[in-house]
Amino acid sequence: MWRPVLRRVLYTLPVIWLVVSTVFLLIHFVPGDPIQQMLGEGAAAGDIQAARHAYGLDVPLGQQYLNYWKGVLHGDLGKSLRFNQGVTSLIAARYPFTLQLTLASLFVAILLAIPAGVRSAQRRNRWDDRVLSVVSLFGLSFPNFALGPVLILFFAVKLGWLPVSGSGTIAHLVLPAITMGGALAAILTRMVRTSMLEELGQDYIRTARAKGLTERTVAYRHALRNAMIPIITVLGLQFGALLAGAIVTETIFSWPGIGRLTIQAIGNRDYYLVQGCILAIGLTYVAVNLLTDLLYSAVNPRIRQ
Amino acid sequence: MSTATISLPRLARHNPLAAVGVVLVAVFVFCALFAPWIAPQDPAHIELPNRLQAPSSQHLCGTDELGRDILSRLIWGARISMFVGSSVVMCSLALGLLIGSLAGYYGGRIDRFVNIVLMNAFLSFPGILIAIAFVAFRGPGVFNLVLALSLGGWVGYARLVRAQVLAVREREFVEAARALGAGDLHIITRHILPNIIQPVIVQAAIGMAGAILAEATMSFLGLGVPPPTASWGSMLNDARSHLFDAPHLVLFPAFTVMLAVLAFNFIGDALRDVLDPRSRIEAGL
Repeated sequence: MWRPVLRRVLYTLPVIWLVVSTVFLLIHFVPGDPIQQMLGEGAAAGDIQAARHAYGLDVPLGQQYLNYWKGVLHGDLGKSLRFNQGVTSLIAARYPFTLQLTLASLFVAILLAIPAGVRSAQRRNRWDDRVLSVVSLFGLSFPNFALGPVLILFFAVKLGWLPVSGSGTIAHLVLPAITMGGALAAILTRMVRTSMLEELGQDYIRTARAKGLTERTVAYRHALRNAMIPIITVLGLQFGALLAGAIVTETIFSWPGIGRLTIQAIGNRDYYLVQGCILAIGLTYVAVNLLTDLLYSAVNPRIRQ
Repeated sequence: MSTATISLPRLARHNPLAAVGVVLVAVFVFCALFAPWIAPQDPAHIELPNRLQAPSSQHLCGTDELGRDILSRLIWGARISMFVGSSVVMCSLALGLLIGSLAGYYGGRIDRFVNIVLMNAFLSFPGILIAIAFVAFRGPGVFNLVLALSLGGWVGYARLVRAQVLAVREREFVEAARALGAGDLHIITRHILPNIIQPVIVQAAIGMAGAILAEATMSFLGLGVPPPTASWGSMLNDARSHLFDAPHLVLFPAFTVMLAVLAFNFIGDALRDVLDPRSRIEAGL
């Protein structure tokens, strides 16, 4: 039983290698001299030379690449120019916030999508199914950077129920989580609906109904459990999109996560910090995909063979 | 083709959402093409005394923090949105068709490299993150933006094309063409591509919605088209600092982006029903 797990883990190694290599190369995409860009136009030649040496850009490319790998493996991603702090420690400080926000939005999406999708499937092609499908299409089309400000406008500015931005309490988490989870909820609703429709047509559902179980028990205890199997894969894939969405959501709500850090770093031309942030987001994505696949084979014994 | 002869009233009866989508897209394309003539004012014209005005007969959607007419900026924004959106779809489609059909047709080592190394690497990064990384290091601008978004977008088309080519290349008519002495290029462009183009068109229509959304996202983050060019995303970004005193600044661009994305999604869904019904069942929509 461990062989497929091992194989799946081995498959991620080339992906990790590519992610790290691409992120390493990013700094060399900068038009002109990255150090000059970071220090600004007026920097003295001596300072530029010193910075180039400090960042290890004065050695051949191959050597830089090896050094970068050495750094990644030791958790040393260089130093942020503006924050005057190690990139790794900056990211480590912000990472939990992004994780918290992402998990909260995942929770919001599941909370909205499962009842909606189950109901849609149960009432196939009736009015509530139609309404839910239109609502989910709107949810898909309403971009998070538009949803966020609109939510702030109504729930924070007009009604005053929730804080406009910042972090610290559960109340601070509500609007960003809805902003981020909204589109996912829409996608998920459609997925749950289809998957449920498939399960509701199965023989074991007829048996369950024949036993006299309530429709609720049949739907949630019997059908949903099996319907969730394909949905887990989608959730894993969507988690990556969610992480990218965190960049927007954190910017809107001044959430002190890694996404906002990325945008700040881009604005400051703090290239090493940008590199580090993108590497962190990318590796998280790879890790989540791996976990999803493993989880998928754990809950679905059929594909284990 | 029969789809080309469907009239709008008939479409409206048959599939009202698709008709709404067609009308909306027509409006947006019209705005994009004729922006200089239909915009009531110059989108970059600054009028500080009239800043942050609520909608009125003079400024139908009000004015922004520099006193610029929001309606005019929305109309000009359609230009950026449609231009970037269609360029991104065309670039990623071209790249996807090329790489996907090469991998699918030749198979073997090329396919293994493309499929396992190249596609997996690009799929292992969300497209928007690739775009953000690219623009962060290359700098903003329309050209870089299109390039960045295509870089993240091609892999979806390539995967689709590869799978379709794999299925079609073993069919009898391809074998017949090969037996008649047709070259690879001829077989791919004349026999295979016309047979796989329908799901590709569907994907392109839905991809257009995604590209518009991505452009607006990048502009919102300040990584899109540099100011003072009007773009829906950057208008929304500017509007955030005036949530309290001028909420209309948020509402109009937010609504416009939503309509544009929705319109292309409607059309994509309808096209899928007509051209590629099986994928609809598979995708569970």
